[in-house]
Amino acid sequence: MFESLSDRLSGVFERLTKQGALSEDDVKTALREVRVALLEADVSLPVARDFVKAVQDKATGQAVTKSVTPGQQVVKIVHDELVHVLTGDEDPGKLKVDNPPAPILMVGLQGSGKTTTTAKLAKRLKEREGKKVLMASLDVNRPAAMEQLQILGVQIGVDTLPIVKGESPVQIAKRAKTQASLGGYDVYMLDTAGRLHIDAELIQQAAEVRDVANPRETLLVVDGLTGQDAVNVATEFDDKIGVSGVVLTRMDGDGRGGAALSMRAVTGKPIRFVGLGEKMDAIEEFHAERIAGRILGM
Amino acid sequence: VIRRELDDDMLEQLEELLITADMGVDTALRVTANMAEGRFGKKLSTQEIKELLAAEVTRIMEPVARPMPLYPSKPQVVLVVGVNGSGKTTTIGKLASQFRAAGKSVVIAAGDTFRAAAVEQLQVWGERAGVPVLTAPEGSDPASLAWDAMEQAQKDGADLLMIDTAGRLQNRADLMEELAKIVRVIRKKDPDAPHNTLLVLDATTGQNALSQVKTFQELADVSGLVMTKLDGTAKGGVLVALADKFGLPIHAIGVGEQIDDLAPFDPEEFAAALTGLDR
Ligand SMILES: Nc1nc2c(ncn2[C@@H]2O[C@H](COP(=O)(O)OP(=O)(O)OP(=O)(O)O)[C@@H](O)[C@H]2O)c(=O)[nH]1
Ligand SMILES: Nc1nc2c(ncn2[C@@H]2O[C@H](COP(=O)(O)OP(=O)(O)OP(=O)(O)O)[C@@H](O)[C@H]2O)c(=O)[nH]1
Ligand SMILES: [K+]
Ligand SMILES: [Mg+2]
Ligand SMILES: [Mg+2]
Repeated sequence: MFESLSDRLSGVFERLTKQGALSEDDVKTALREVRVALLEADVSLPVARDFVKAVQDKATGQAVTKSVTPGQQVVKIVHDELVHVLTGDEDPGKLKVDNPPAPILMVGLQGSGKTTTTAKLAKRLKEREGKKVLMASLDVNRPAAMEQLQILGVQIGVDTLPIVKGESPVQIAKRAKTQASLGGYDVYMLDTAGRLHIDAELIQQAAEVRDVANPRETLLVVDGLTGQDAVNVATEFDDKIGVSGVVLTRMDGDGRGGAALSMRAVTGKPIRFVGLGEKMDAIEEFHAERIAGRILGM
Repeated sequence: VIRRELDDDMLEQLEELLITADMGVDTALRVTANMAEGRFGKKLSTQEIKELLAAEVTRIMEPVARPMPLYPSKPQVVLVVGVNGSGKTTTIGKLASQFRAAGKSVVIAAGDTFRAAAVEQLQVWGERAGVPVLTAPEGSDPASLAWDAMEQAQKDGADLLMIDTAGRLQNRADLMEELAKIVRVIRKKDPDAPHNTLLVLDATTGQNALSQVKTFQELADVSGLVMTKLDGTAKGGVLVALADKFGLPIHAIGVGEQIDDLAPFDPEEFAAALTGLDR
């Protein structure tokens, strides 16, 4: 359905090279193709625009105009720049889960994969780092949300905070904190209800939970198939709640995953993990090269 | 009122407006080009431009704005499919409630036997809508539940049988085959069923929705679309590209998490929101 950037560019340059040497204008034409490729990969427009601008300088240099394979050269520049932006300047290292009990707050839109990711990360922390983890569902909205987390807890052998109906999310967060301290847990994870970034009331509620728990990590869980809305979501969640990292889910799909670039560019926060399925082991650390290749259809 | 000339610059701005609404580059180009035809060089106000653009979108969307058709078959079988987390289960709850209010007897089958607490979730929706929910143990074959549900609904003389399914990504061949099997089993009971196969799309999804519709249509014979989560800031512009490419009817839109948050698809309202037109 989508042409890869290489295909697009080879078409452009085939036309151009017949005319002899490449000019700056030719490069501009190529960059227009880059822009379209990014947009088709669901990179948000303002992010795609800035990105193309950043690539422009690099691409107008000698390397491209003198190259015998200018198309490939542009693709390489775009790819490298993508990896650069997606990686960021500093290695985020491991999740901050020192000072037990370390709270991790999970937030995001409805259905993005928060509950599943909570359990996947809990399993990872338990198995790879030997952490004793407690999971708590603060989702008083969605039917059977608490039961969902509880069932996953049993499946992966991680404790969940006992369900007490009628409590508010803040009350549950407090109870989780107490239980985590008394129970000698290393980490406690707070799974929250899905909320729209423009739902002032629910966003305020999440901010209150944050103030109670003082999370060491606040992870924004985002559907990897997200389109142009990614900028709005990232901006609002980061402004109003403050996120320390991003988890991209459903990257096992055939989406291009342009939301990764949008998220990174807008929040400046690292993408920590990538969800690759519904099973409890289907999560990986983020690899910028893989995502860059996907976005470009390589 | 300030008027600006409809020129290349303006067209590009309009294209970008539509692209940020998830319409996709190709469709955005086509829509703006159609809108500009015969008007290039004319001086127009922002309001006039948005009205023209909205009118073009409305024109494309009007033929696909159709409520879910009702048939005399007993039961009319409605299979609900889609990728993970798109809003299938919630939409079934909302639809069941609407059909109940219209005096129909409805039965729901909890065909998501995979995801944790999927059955419990649907049971709550069944209670809210006042509709019985047929279940099978976690991990059991959804096709065999569909078979049992067909039998039960036929025996009860239900007007509608709504079948929930587990979320599945369209590139998962094994899971798509599981879905095809559910359809085959249903057809053994009634060759005309499922009478409706609803694909539930999440408005926040970008261009992947095209691939979702293509594959689900191929493997599960999708008859109509529902788009959820239009209460957010996502505009669902991909629906325009979908209308163009597939022409599938859009039956309803989800505008919230509550039982009444399901509305008919209104092309004019949709176009206005998409183009930022105040009405
Ligand atoms: N294919 C795939 N499915 C996933 C992934 N992560 C989550 N899911 C599925 O997506 C659906 C929604 O996941 P949940 O964890 O319930 O999402 P949520 O954000 O907690 O949803 P709400 O609490 O309703 O806001 C479920 O069917 C999950 O199995 C992933 O990485 N890949
Ligand atoms: N804001 C909003 N949220 C919605 C809408 N429809 C569904 N949701 C929410 O989206 C989340 C996922 O909905 P579900 O109905 O569980 O989605 P599903 O497709 O059945 O998910 P799986 O069975 O896990 O694949 C829930 O939190 C719902 O409350 C809608 O129209 N607007
Ligand atoms: K969309
Ligand atoms: Mg959840
Ligand atoms: Mg469901």
